[in-house]
Amino acid sequence: MQTLDPAAMAHISEVSVSVELQTSDMTLNIGPQHPSTHGVLRLVAKVDGERVRSVEPVIGYMHRGYEKLAEVRTYPQITALVNRIDWVSGFANEIPFIVAAERLMGLEVPERAQYIRLILTEMARISSHLIFMSSYPLEIGAATPLMHALRERERVLDLLESVTGGRFHPNFNRLGGVKPAAGAGAQTKKVVQDLPQGFLQDTKAAMVKMFEICDDLEGLVTGNEIFQARTVGIGVMPADRAAAFGVSGPNLRASGPDFDLRKHTDYLPYDKFEFEIPIGRNGDCFDRYQVRLEEIRQSASIINQAIDTIPSGPLQAKVPKIIKVPAGEIYVRAENPKGEMGYHLISDGGRVPYRLKIRSASFSNLSVLPWLLEDQLVPDLIAILGSLDFVLGDVDR
Amino acid sequence: MIVVLAIGFWAGLALKIGIMAAIVPVVALPIIFAELKLSAHMQHRIGPYFAGGRYGWAQPLADGLKFFQKEDLVPDAADKMVYKLAPYLVLGAAMAVFVVIPFGPDLIGRDLDLGVFYALAISSISTIGVLIAGWSSGNKYSLIGGLRAAAQLIAYELPLFLAVVGVVIQAQTMSMIGIIDAQAEYQLFGLEIAGNAIAIPYVFPQFIGFVIFYIAALAELSRTPFDMPIAESELVMGYLTEYSGFRFAVFFIGEYIGIFTMSAIMATLWLGGYDPLFFDLSGLNDIAANAIGALVLFGKVAILVFLMIWMRWTFPRFREDQLQDLAWRILIPLGLANIAVTAFFKVVF
Repeated sequence: MQTLDPAAMAHISEVSVSVELQTSDMTLNIGPQHPSTHGVLRLVAKVDGERVRSVEPVIGYMHRGYEKLAEVRTYPQITALVNRIDWVSGFANEIPFIVAAERLMGLEVPERAQYIRLILTEMARISSHLIFMSSYPLEIGAATPLMHALRERERVLDLLESVTGGRFHPNFNRLGGVKPAAGAGAQTKKVVQDLPQGFLQDTKAAMVKMFEICDDLEGLVTGNEIFQARTVGIGVMPADRAAAFGVSGPNLRASGPDFDLRKHTDYLPYDKFEFEIPIGRNGDCFDRYQVRLEEIRQSASIINQAIDTIPSGPLQAKVPKIIKVPAGEIYVRAENPKGEMGYHLISDGGRVPYRLKIRSASFSNLSVLPWLLEDQLVPDLIAILGSLDFVLGDVDR
Repeated sequence: MIVVLAIGFWAGLALKIGIMAAIVPVVALPIIFAELKLSAHMQHRIGPYFAGGRYGWAQPLADGLKFFQKEDLVPDAADKMVYKLAPYLVLGAAMAVFVVIPFGPDLIGRDLDLGVFYALAISSISTIGVLIAGWSSGNKYSLIGGLRAAAQLIAYELPLFLAVVGVVIQAQTMSMIGIIDAQAEYQLFGLEIAGNAIAIPYVFPQFIGFVIFYIAALAELSRTPFDMPIAESELVMGYLTEYSGFRFAVFFIGEYIGIFTMSAIMATLWLGGYDPLFFDLSGLNDIAANAIGALVLFGKVAILVFLMIWMRWTFPRFREDQLQDLAWRILIPLGLANIAVTAFFKVVF
């Protein structure tokens, strides 16, 4: 019988241990054309099988140069530009800019106009969050909530259209107030154009539906075990990390801080209404979803309160025919559906801004991606990406 | 003489295959239509409406014609022969299962002694089709999709077989007709309707096996919540990303034929197949028995297909590791326990 040399055996086992499977990372280009990147975001992902080693977001495919364009447009023209930044909540984009210009001019905006702005801003918030409610389950793989959420969003858009004439791009704010409403009838010297007939009642009826769709979504999506398995504990973002990256809005509040500019600043009369700031505990995808769902309810409640207490009066302050903004510098920020949006406006006293720096929420929210997506699985990458709720127009401007 | 016989055999076989190839894809059309229409109503939509005059009944045909018109793209980076072969492998495997599906007492291609075994074995071949489709496309999304499909289909083959073993033990045969006959004779408590004894289908004694098989069948078919190989929001279209036109249509029809055959196998093994259960087909003449049998089978298949469509439009998608978890840590131990309990009762009683 052949004898085996122990030394040779040791050698064999050593060899078999030291041979490892040689694998190399694969570069996977996700986007700019991809169903889940919400437009033209490109993620250059290094993947090892299904494990994502690193992610590098590439942005700029949608750059339209609004900051530069604003330097050659008069102030009334700029509102038409800025509501194309975050196009799913166009109305909310106009507010901080128009407030910045009004403050430099020292205009007193009539209270009724402020209330109308507030109602329409909250409607824009609802429509933006309903887009999230439809697209996020779709990214997790459920197709049906999309139809339910979009159907309800249509009510909000119809109402917005009845006042402003536009579903996505209202261009409704004027320096010193709001534009006379679209469906208000002929303008004479005596009859003041106002909200369309029956708008306030229709809005109240629509808000009932908003509470209903929130309950529906809770039954259809929130409680679903598969949805929870896919989102709870995924993409956890601690509060200090979120703050360090400049994350704001629902994404920040899902991590714990109750930071909401509606409570901290006075760009619109939010201090007259009672509402809560929903916050999350863990900062995972599920919390980011739930915070937004709760914000729809809070916004609907704010709209209901505003309709009950809306004062009558003029819609416009007195403004000169040729609008010139006095020289000065101001930064106004507002709580947009996606997070903090701010305009740094510098005027040299002319008809056009000297410089308009736009701080958009989605840009800062996306900056956390490389940190957040490291060592995640490919399916989780999509779940985390969707939970940040960004719009490419808001990233690239 | 022998030569003539041989030619006759091959000619007959070719004729049979030709007839099958023409007829079998037709069963996919009602299922495609049901999916279009049911998903529409679940989502507060109307769905197809104008095609074919009323109710949009001709929409699947119109979609099929559209696929024929599309350009047949083969990517430059693709392994061309394998890429072209893959869809036919999937469709062929799905169609080959029809040999053992009994539509009536005499309406069966061939009542093999190992009918169940054959059905499950041959349907596994489609896995290879999916894998090579993903591999040969020369696309990274397709590659990930194909590998996901391979991992998923291998993991779910086991619970699929384990669930069937319980039925086979109880019926003491692997022949499809034999299993239906065993269910027709299986009675509990002597229930009767108008003098006819009511047979109890195996879904009651083998309920755990039925549930395991149903879940595993969803995974085999890559239906929601197990549609990771396609996973539109992650992998664009998974292994189907590069396929277009006719080849995509072949995949598509293969998928829906797979749904039909899996449902037919389930209906046969657990719901009594073509047997109506509350009266005896053997009293009728041959044509009536076969016609009623086929209708009964289609009815049972319709119920199972409806459940699948309902799930698809309700559930989100699992993650790949959660799916493996479900197969190896829950379904397989449950399937083994089911076999043990079934065998115990078979021996004791």
